[in-house]
Amino acid sequence: MSSDTSAHSQSQGIAPSKPPFWRNPRVHALFYQVVLLIGVFVFFGYIFHNTVVNLENQGITTGFGFLDQEAGFGIIQSLIAYTPASTYARTFAVGLLNTVLVSVVGIFLATIVGLIVGLARLSKNWLISRLAAVYIETFRNIPLLLQILFWYFAVLQALPSPRQSFSLGEVAFLNIRGIYLPEPVFESGFGVVFAAIALAVVIVAALAKWAHRRRMQTGQSFHTVWTSLAVLIALPGLAFAVMGAPLGWSLPSLQGFNFTGGITVIPELAALVIALTIYTASSIAEIVRSGILSVSHGQTEAASSLGLSTGKITRLVVLPQAMRVVIPPLTSQYLNLMKNSSLATAIGYPDLVNVFAGTTLNQTGQAVVIIAMTMSVYLTISLLISFFMNWYNRRSAFVEQ
Amino acid sequence: MKGMKALAAGTAIVVATFAGTVYAGETFDNVKAQGFVQCGVNTGLPGFSNIDDNGDWKGLDVDVCRAVAAAMFGDASKVKYTPLNAKERFTALQSGEIDVLSRNTTWTLSRDGSLGINFTGVTYYDGQGFLVKKSLGVKSAKDLGGASVCVQSGTTTELNLADYFRSQNLKFTPVTYDNADATAKAFDAGRCDALTSDQSQLYALRILLKDPSGSVVLPDVISKEPLGPSVRQGDDDWFNLVKWSLFAMVNGEDLGITSENIDDMKKNGSDKPDVKRFLGETGEFGKMLGVSDDWAYNIVKQVGNYGESFERNVGSGSNLKIERGLNALWSNGGLQYAPPVR
Repeated sequence: MSSDTSAHSQSQGIAPSKPPFWRNPRVHALFYQVVLLIGVFVFFGYIFHNTVVNLENQGITTGFGFLDQEAGFGIIQSLIAYTPASTYARTFAVGLLNTVLVSVVGIFLATIVGLIVGLARLSKNWLISRLAAVYIETFRNIPLLLQILFWYFAVLQALPSPRQSFSLGEVAFLNIRGIYLPEPVFESGFGVVFAAIALAVVIVAALAKWAHRRRMQTGQSFHTVWTSLAVLIALPGLAFAVMGAPLGWSLPSLQGFNFTGGITVIPELAALVIALTIYTASSIAEIVRSGILSVSHGQTEAASSLGLSTGKITRLVVLPQAMRVVIPPLTSQYLNLMKNSSLATAIGYPDLVNVFAGTTLNQTGQAVVIIAMTMSVYLTISLLISFFMNWYNRRSAFVEQ
Repeated sequence: MKGMKALAAGTAIVVATFAGTVYAGETFDNVKAQGFVQCGVNTGLPGFSNIDDNGDWKGLDVDVCRAVAAAMFGDASKVKYTPLNAKERFTALQSGEIDVLSRNTTWTLSRDGSLGINFTGVTYYDGQGFLVKKSLGVKSAKDLGGASVCVQSGTTTELNLADYFRSQNLKFTPVTYDNADATAKAFDAGRCDALTSDQSQLYALRILLKDPSGSVVLPDVISKEPLGPSVRQGDDDWFNLVKWSLFAMVNGEDLGITSENIDDMKKNGSDKPDVKRFLGETGEFGKMLGVSDDWAYNIVKQVGNYGESFERNVGSGSNLKIERGLNALWSNGGLQYAPPVR
């Protein structure tokens, strides 16, 4: 092509005339992009405008104004101060925090249970590996909603009434209204203990770093775990003793209809966490298994020929390499768990969907605004989890030499 | 259920997004064209809307739907029932999934003013009360400080509950579910000390308990709950028809016309001018509503007058055995009163 052109221009003796701009591929591309962009804007603009007009025609008031109004209904569990006199904006926050609570606890527990079951599934012990397989196949294949209903209606609602509670040494109680635990009450002077804990953590972190560097340089290992534990226990313990044990306990006690004082875990939360944990852990177990199986057997053999113990092989050789296979599907499971937590509404746990997209929507009738807000919350939380897991994935990714 | 809810909310959004402008007369014409009334009812509340052993919908709220169908088509069975829980009901009406909502729904200012719906009358004058286990030994709602109270979410009941305990300066723990059934089950299991709802519902829910006689409805009534049917705004013809269908039932009782004696009256020709107008023998009152002149005859003949419907569904003819009380005719010291047909 280029030689042709040059021959042509030589024969003419003038520069080749540039093609008109509308035949320039870059202009083309830009043109279509702009047209598409305008199209998209017009489309969404039309939808938005039409929605507003239709809502107006139907006599439905809309907008964010309702968020400042008084909610007027009670919520059974809130992590922040809430009364029926609070605003709808507050119900949004309460619902959001309840969703975050159940998601965080669920993710934490499901990861631990999943890891244990996944490892058990690979155990050489026939009984353990069969039990793990039965667990996985059972809970992975029963719809989550059924499991939630089972734990709530069949298990937790079969517990005795408050007056016949199961009690654990008269400090913790279990009945149909929930689990009642003693609550620590920090008295003045406990700040020093907190400071001691913080100091201990800093020391342990420094210690771990030092031990790691020393091993890299000299190959000598250091009993980091035991030393750290000693520091973590001794330092706050010492502070606690010196300050004269500034810690009291608020014990739950039966007053009138219910237990008061202490920490209450409502059965709705318990059922939801149990169901989400067990269900998600069964999938995580399989992900862990696939990750571990992806590490070639040669790695284990090499490690054991270096004289590492089985525990160390798992911890130092197999798991780190398994992680790069495990993280991406694990991320999806975390996202699933968070989104599945919206099934809470079936048993009346006051999560975002129940409190905000349910009760608040019904009391105000603001379907469009509320559903849009709720969807953006789930989108945002999902993206945050993805973002964090992607960051972690990049960090733990296998660096090919 | 959650799916249905999401669907309803989704439908509302899609409808609000894409639907063209709603013109007056549209619902009326649509219902006429499709040949049946789409009626939103309770998922299951004995006496108000419940499926009987033959699979037919029965109840006071259901009778309103049947009356509208009788007026419009001359056939009370031309109704398509959509069972709805409290949270879904308004969205279903707004989105056009149903044409009339007759689901023990309380008439309030905010619902009239901000939801794009209009209430057409009062089917049942109710008030909120509490159901408690007899074994608790509670005699009044004022003794309920610190109690856990089961309540259906998304209802005026839920708001009244909070109002009441606030005004009494008492603490309470709300335990909410999105349907009456789960609420009753939780109360039965002992998840809560008291169940609160409209008094009529308490009687209805009590017969669903394992041991109905072990629970008692407290005498306190903490709110006004006028329950009635509602329609979408924007179609006055439809609004009128639904409104007058209920009025026809009340007027029927007022005039002493029942499903039993109505044929006699028609055949022998009553000499009372108001009965003649009611039966469509004089005047063109049906035409004014856009239906045939024997609209009121069809309602009373096929559905019965208000008193008949009341006794059959919630009163002496049912196992709820609710007294007429506030729901007696105005002439008997109650509140039921309908403007005249003339």
